[in-house]
Amino acid sequence: MRLSRLSLTAACLLGALSASAEKVQFNRDIRPIFSDTCFACHGPDENKIKGGLRLDSLDAARKGGKSGDPAIVPGKPEVSEVMKRLRTDDPDDHMPPAEFHKVLTKDQIALVERWIKEGAEYQGHWAFQIPAKPAVPKIPAGGNAIDAFLAAPLATKGLTPNGPAPKATLLRRAALDLTGLPPSDADLQAFLADNSPEAWSKALDRLLASPHYGENMAMQWLDFARYADSNGFQSDTQRTMWPYRDWVIKAFNDNQPFDTFTIEQLAGDLLPNPTRDQIVATAFHRNHRLNGEGGRIVEEWFAENVIDRIETTGSTWIGLTMNCCRCHDHKYDPISQKEFYQMFAYFNSNDESGVLGEFGGSGRTRAGGNTPPVLSLPTKEQQQKIDEAAAALATAEQALKAIPADQPEAYASWLTKQRAAVSKFGVAWESLVDEKVSAKENAEFKRLDDGSWLVSGGTAAKETYVVEATPSGSMLTAVRLEALPDDSLPNKSLGRAFNGNFVLSSFEVRLRTADGKTTNIPLLKAEADFDQAGWTIAKLAPAPMAKGKAKKASNDKAGWAIAGNEAKNRVPRKAIFTVSPTPIPAGAKLVLVMRHDSVSAHSIGRFRLNTSSVDAKLLSIKTDPAAETARRLLAKPAEQLTAADRKALAKLFAESPEHPRSVATSKVTAAKAARDAALAAPVTVMVMKELPKPRDAFILLRGEYDKIGPKVERALFRALPPMPAGEPNNRLGFARWLVSGQHPLTARVWVNRAWERFFGIGLVKTSENFGSQAEWPSHPELLDWLAVEFVDRKWDMKAMYKLIMSSAAYRRSAAVTTEMLEKDPDNRLVARGPRFRLPAEVIRDQALWTAGLLVDKQGGPSVKPYMPEAVWDETSVYGDMRNYKADAGEGLWRRSLYTIWKRTAAPPTMLLFDSPGREVCTVKRSRSNTPMQALSLLNEVTFVEAARKLAEQSLRQPGDNDAKLAWTFRKVVRRDATSAELAVLRKGLEKRLATYAADATLAPKLLAQGVSPAATDLDRNQLAAWTATANILLNLDETVTRE
Amino acid sequence: MNCNDRQFLGLDQATKMALSRRTFIKGSAGGIGLAALGSLMGTPGFAANPGLGFPNFKPKAKRIIYLFQSGAPSQMDLFDPKPQLEAMRGKDLPESIRKGQRLTTMTSGQKNFPVAPSIFKFKQHGQSGNWFSELIPHIASKSDEWCVVRGMHTEAINHDPAITFMQTGSQLAGRPSIGAWSAYGLGSENADLPAYVVMTSFGSGRPADQPLYDRLWGAGFLPSKLQGVKLRNKGERVLYLKDPEGIPREVRREQLDELAALNNQRHGVLGDPEIQTRISQYEMAFRMQTSVPDLLDLSKEPQHVLDLYGPDVKRPGSYASNCLLARRLCERDVRFIQLFHMGWDHHGGLPKAIKGQCNDTDQATAGLLTDLKQRGLLDDTLIVWGGEFGRTTYSQGALTETNYGRDHHPRCFTVLMAGAGVNKGTTYGETDDFSYNIVKDGVHVHDLNATILHLMGVEHTRLTYRYQGRDFRLTDIHGEVVKKLLA
Repeated sequence: MRLSRLSLTAACLLGALSASAEKVQFNRDIRPIFSDTCFACHGPDENKIKGGLRLDSLDAARKGGKSGDPAIVPGKPEVSEVMKRLRTDDPDDHMPPAEFHKVLTKDQIALVERWIKEGAEYQGHWAFQIPAKPAVPKIPAGGNAIDAFLAAPLATKGLTPNGPAPKATLLRRAALDLTGLPPSDADLQAFLADNSPEAWSKALDRLLASPHYGENMAMQWLDFARYADSNGFQSDTQRTMWPYRDWVIKAFNDNQPFDTFTIEQLAGDLLPNPTRDQIVATAFHRNHRLNGEGGRIVEEWFAENVIDRIETTGSTWIGLTMNCCRCHDHKYDPISQKEFYQMFAYFNSNDESGVLGEFGGSGRTRAGGNTPPVLSLPTKEQQQKIDEAAAALATAEQALKAIPADQPEAYASWLTKQRAAVSKFGVAWESLVDEKVSAKENAEFKRLDDGSWLVSGGTAAKETYVVEATPSGSMLTAVRLEALPDDSLPNKSLGRAFNGNFVLSSFEVRLRTADGKTTNIPLLKAEADFDQAGWTIAKLAPAPMAKGKAKKASNDKAGWAIAGNEAKNRVPRKAIFTVSPTPIPAGAKLVLVMRHDSVSAHSIGRFRLNTSSVDAKLLSIKTDPAAETARRLLAKPAEQLTAADRKALAKLFAESPEHPRSVATSKVTAAKAARDAALAAPVTVMVMKELPKPRDAFILLRGEYDKIGPKVERALFRALPPMPAGEPNNRLGFARWLVSGQHPLTARVWVNRAWERFFGIGLVKTSENFGSQAEWPSHPELLDWLAVEFVDRKWDMKAMYKLIMSSAAYRRSAAVTTEMLEKDPDNRLVARGPRFRLPAEVIRDQALWTAGLLVDKQGGPSVKPYMPEAVWDETSVYGDMRNYKADAGEGLWRRSLYTIWKRTAAPPTMLLFDSPGREVCTVKRSRSNTPMQALSLLNEVTFVEAARKLAEQSLRQPGDNDAKLAWTFRKVVRRDATSAELAVLRKGLEKRLATYAADATLAPKLLAQGVSPAATDLDRNQLAAWTATANILLNLDETVTRE
Repeated sequence: MNCNDRQFLGLDQATKMALSRRTFIKGSAGGIGLAALGSLMGTPGFAANPGLGFPNFKPKAKRIIYLFQSGAPSQMDLFDPKPQLEAMRGKDLPESIRKGQRLTTMTSGQKNFPVAPSIFKFKQHGQSGNWFSELIPHIASKSDEWCVVRGMHTEAINHDPAITFMQTGSQLAGRPSIGAWSAYGLGSENADLPAYVVMTSFGSGRPADQPLYDRLWGAGFLPSKLQGVKLRNKGERVLYLKDPEGIPREVRREQLDELAALNNQRHGVLGDPEIQTRISQYEMAFRMQTSVPDLLDLSKEPQHVLDLYGPDVKRPGSYASNCLLARRLCERDVRFIQLFHMGWDHHGGLPKAIKGQCNDTDQATAGLLTDLKQRGLLDDTLIVWGGEFGRTTYSQGALTETNYGRDHHPRCFTVLMAGAGVNKGTTYGETDDFSYNIVKDGVHVHDLNATILHLMGVEHTRLTYRYQGRDFRLTDIHGEVVKKLLA
C-alpha cells in the first residue's frame, strides 16, 4: 500500500510533468527515485559503496565505478551506464539487483532518461538549501498569501475549492485546534452575532489569548520531549518533572518566540546569569529514561542517554533521523558516523552519572526520585523558611563561639558526678523495670530468663515493637539493644525473615511523664558492633560528623541489618543509641519504638534492652581503649592522677554533653537539621548542568559503548551551514545555530508541523523526515515562504498560527465530493477543509468540559484520574509506582495532560487513541479508528459519568424534550441539530424513557457510575434515559472529529 | 472489508472502492498497508493481500503461540546437561572460558566465580533422545515434538533491553513488536477478534518478576491499531468490554443504531468515508462483546481437557488457564498469540524458585501440545517456548550443596520450538563444557525471528515499513532463516 501511495503521488507529479514541457528537476523528480533504490549502495555511506560507484554527485557519477564506464553522461542517456543497467534483461547486470526487492517503474526509468538527456543537472538536497522567500502570487479574493500559493495547483487540477464552513463549525474547529476545548457559549454567541469583517480575526485573538492555548500546544511538545512522570525501564519509579511541563505551558501562553524557546530548552543553563525558568527549561534533555535495573552497566546507559538526546534533537528541530549514523555513515543523507559523534560531543558533558541509582533510585527503598543534577524550586514560603533556618543556624553557631572553652566550675561538678556514677554502678548498663512490650501488627513476645524477649506469632510485612518501662537511673544517656540468636528463628539466626536476617529501620526513644505527656528524646548517635555492607546503623541517628547538608551515599540502604542469612553472622549483636542526656523525673516511663518498615517481614527475632546514666563517652560498643581508660581514670583517687591523666580527663569533659558548650553544640546540630529539612522540602526538577571541562568524545565503533574508536571534537554537519560567527562551540552555540535564521531546516520543519496541525498532513508529508528520503513538498514555494516569514516575524508562533488560520483554505467546509476524492484523495491541495479525529487528550477533555466536570486549574503535580483496576500491577514489582488508586476529588477531572504518566504502563485510554508511550521522542502520532476506541468511549467510566452530568444539565434546560435535546446537541458539537437528527434522538429518547420507567432497578445502577454524586432532585429514571442519549452524543463521529 | 456499501450513496463503484481503501489508508501516519487494517477488522480476504504481497510463499504456520518465559529460565537446569561439571564444583570458572566477557554489575564485583553444576538429574526422552531435566517431566514426555534450540544467543545483558530485543529486534524502546509486525504483514483471519492477543501470568518462583511493559506488544511506529490486545489477568479481561451497569443489551443495540443513523446523516452532508469506518468499528465492538466472553467461557470445556492443563487451569489469569485460552484463540484463527509468564529471574535460591516455575508451566505447556495435536491444530500452529537470555554457569552469591543462584547470561540459552514446520524431535546447537559459550550452530535472536516469520510465510527481509525515511525491519539488517530448524 505504501508503494501504491507513493506511486499515486508520483503519478500526480508525472501527469503534471508530461503535460507540460517543464524540465525534470533532480530534487523533485530524480532524488526520490535514487534515494529509494540506488543510494543504499551508491550513496553517501562510504563503507557500503558497491562497485566503487556513487550516484549522489555528478562528478562521481561521471567518473563511474570500477567498470570504468561513466554512469551518467549528461545529455547522452544512450551511453550512460545507468540507463543500460536499468533496462537490461541480464539478471547479473540489472540494477537494482533482484535480491534488493526494489523495482523502478517504466515511468521512473523514462524520467531518469529524460533527466540525463536534459543535462543531468544535480541539485543539493532541497531541504539543505537555505530557503529564499518566493514572490507571493496574486492573492485570490477573500484569502491571504497562503491562498495565493494554493490557487494555481488547484486550478491545474481543475478543482474548485469549497466555500467557508458554517460559522459554528468554524469556531469549533479553531477552538479545538488552538485550545483543545470546544468554544465557550459566550465566545460562540459573540462570534455568531458578529458580522463585521474582523469577526474571525477577533475570534482567533480571543482563542490565542486563552490560557488553554498553552496547555493544548504543550501536549504535542511533551511527545517530542518524551516527558513523563516515571524513570522508565525495569523499575520505572517516580520522578518529578512537572515543573518542566508547566514551563512549557507558560512559554506557549507567553508566546515565547521559537528561537528563545529553543535556546532555553537546549542550553538555558549556559546563558549568562540564567534565571530559574531558563534552567528549568533545560529539563527538556533530562526527560529521557534512566535505567536503574540491578546489574546495568553505567557506561552503556550513559552513551544511550546521550544518543537519545541527539535523536530527540534531530527529530524535534531539524526533522533528521540520526540513529543510522551511530553505527555507520548515513545511507541517504550526507551525515557521517564521525559527524554523529561530533554532535554527541555537544551533549555528553552534563554533570550526570547516566543511570538511576540501583533498584530504581534511592537504594533498596525503590523510591525513585530525581537524579542529579537537579534544581530546587522553593516557593516563596519555602524560600522564607530556608532563609530563616539559615539565619537560625548562623545564630546558633555564633552562640557556640561565644562560650569559652575553659569551664573550671562545670568541670569540677562534672568530675564529681562522673566519679559518683562510676562508683555507684560499676557497670554502665542498667536493667529496665516493669518492662512491657507490644506489637503494632501480630507479633507475640515471650520473656526469657536472661531478660531478653523472644518474638513469635505472625510476620507482617511491616512490624513495630513498642517497649514501655521505667529506667533504673535518674538520668538517661543511652539505650543498648542486643539482638540474640535463637533456635526457634529461621536458620537459628537473629531475625524473623525467611533467611534469618532483620532490618531495623528506625529506633525511637520517648519519655512519658506522669502527667501523660510524651516527648521525643532525639538520638545523637547510633553504633553497632556489626553492620551488613550498606545497611549501617549510623543512619538511624543524625551523624554528628556530617558537615552541611547530609549527603546520602548511593549505596546507602534504609536500615540496620546484620547479614543474618550467613551462618557466620548468627551471633549476638549489640547496638548503642546515644541520646541527649535527659533527666528522668519520678513516675516517668520510657517508650522505645523499634520499626521494621523498609524490607518486608524483616523484624528482629530476640532482643534485650538496657539503659545507661553514665556519660556516653564512657560507653563503648566494642572494647574501646579510650572509654576503658576514662573509666579507670574516674575510678582513681584524685591524688593518684598524673598530669597526663588530668589532661585526658579535661579532654573528656570538653567533649562531654555536660560541658556548657555542648548545649550550644546540640543547638547547632538541631539548627543544621532544620536547615537541611527546609532545603529538602521544595520540589526539584532534573536539569542540565555543564561540566567545567567537557568530557572526551569518541566514535563508538558499530555504535557500541565498549568499542571505543578515534577521539572526536565538537563540530557541526558539513552539509549544513556553519556555526554563526562569535558563538561558543558548545550546546549554547549549537542551539543558536539551529535558530540563527540561516538554518535551512529549523523553520521549515516548524512551519510544516504547523501545517500538519491544521490540515492533517504537512506540506512535506514526511514531517518526521526532511532528509533525502523526504517526500517532495506539495507546495515547495509556500513551504519556503512560510519558513522565511516565520523568521521574519521573529519566530512568533501565535502570529504564524493566526496567519495560517486566517487563510481561506483553513476556513473551507470539509464536505467532500466524488471529484475531490478522485483527484486529491488526501486533500493535499486543500480544496476542502480538513477533517480528522481529535487527539486522545482532547477527546477526554472535551467530554469533561461538556459534562461541566472539567476542573479549570493549571499546572502542579500530576493527577490520578480513573484507570482500570490493576493498571500498574505487572510493572510494579520494583518501583514505587504500584497499586494505582485514583484521586478522590478534582484529580479525576483535570485536563489530560496532567494525568500521571508511567511509561511502562501508560494511561490505557490515551494509548488506545494513539498517544505514544513517551519512552522515546515521538514527533508524529498515528491516527487510527478501532473497535477498542468505540468500547472505551461507550463504556469507560469517565465517559459514562460525563454522559450523566451532561444529562443532568439537559434536564434542567427550559422547554420540552425537543428543546432539551436541541440544547444538548448544541452543547456537544456546538452547532444546531437538523430536524432529521433531532427526530432520531427524540425517538430513541422516548423508547428509553419507557424502558427505564418500566424497570426501576436499572437507573440506580447507571447513575452510580463515577464518583460525582447524581442529582437527587431529578427523576432517576428520566435521568438514566437522558444519560443513555448523552452517551450516544459523546460517541458521535462528529464529536470526536474536528471538522 | 466490512464497509457497508449501501452507505455510499451516489458514488460509482470505482469511487466506492477507492473510498473504502482510502478509509483505511488514512488511518496512519507513515503509510499503512492494506494488511494492517486486517489486524482489528479483517476478513479472510485480507490474509493474503496484493498490496504487500504476503505471505511470500505458502506458510507452514497459520498461527503462532509464543510462550514467553520472562526473567530468563536457566538453560543449565532444564535443557543443557553438563554432568562432567560436577568435577569442577565450586572451582573458579577458568578465564579461558570467560575470556573477559562482560558481566552485569551484580556479579562483576564478585571475587570469584564458583562453578555451580545443576543439582537436577537429566535424562534422554523419546525416540529423539532429547535431554530434559527432572524438573519438567511433562515437557519431556513430548520430547519427540520439540526442537531444542540450544545455541540461542543475544546481545543484551539486562532484562528490559533483552526482552525488548527479543520482541522488537532492538534493545531500545520505539520499534514494533513481532506480533504487530505479523499483524501488519498478514492481517487477521478472524473478523471478530484482534490479530494479536497477549496474556500475562504471575510466576510462583519470583512473583511479578520481571515486570512486563506495554511496549513488548506495542506497535512502535506502526499504526497503533496493530498493537497487541491484552487479555488482562486481573480486573476486566478486555478493557471496557462490558457495557456499563444499567445499560441493558437492548438499550446498547438501540444506542448503536441511533449512533449509526446520526453518523450516516452526517456522512450524507460531508461524504467523508472515515465516518463509514467509524460506524463499522462500532459494529465490530458490538460483536467483540459477544465473541470475547464466548472465548473466555471455559465452562463447556470437558474435564478430560481441563485435566491436560493441570489443576491451575481453573484459576483465571494463571499460565495454565492462559494456555487453554491460547488453544481457544487458535481455534478462532487468531494469528499471533503470546503468553508471558513471569518469575524466572533466579539470582539466588534457584533450586527452589525454579521448581515453582516448572510447577506453573510444565504440565500446561505439554497439555497445550497434546490438546492442539488431538484437534489437528498442531500441524499449522507454531509453538515457541523461551526467555530473553540464559543464566551463568557460576553461582551468583554463595554456592552450597543444595543452593545457588545464577546471573544473566546472554552468550547462550535454550529455546524450544514445536508444531508447524518445525524439525521436531531434534536438538540443534551445542555449548561448551560450561554451557557458557556456543561451540556449534548458534542462533541469534534475529535468526530466530527470521525463522518464525519464515514459518508464517513471510520473508523477513521483505517485511519493511518506512519510518523517518528508513525502511525498518523486525530483523534490522540482520537475521538468517535457520534451515535446520525447519522440517
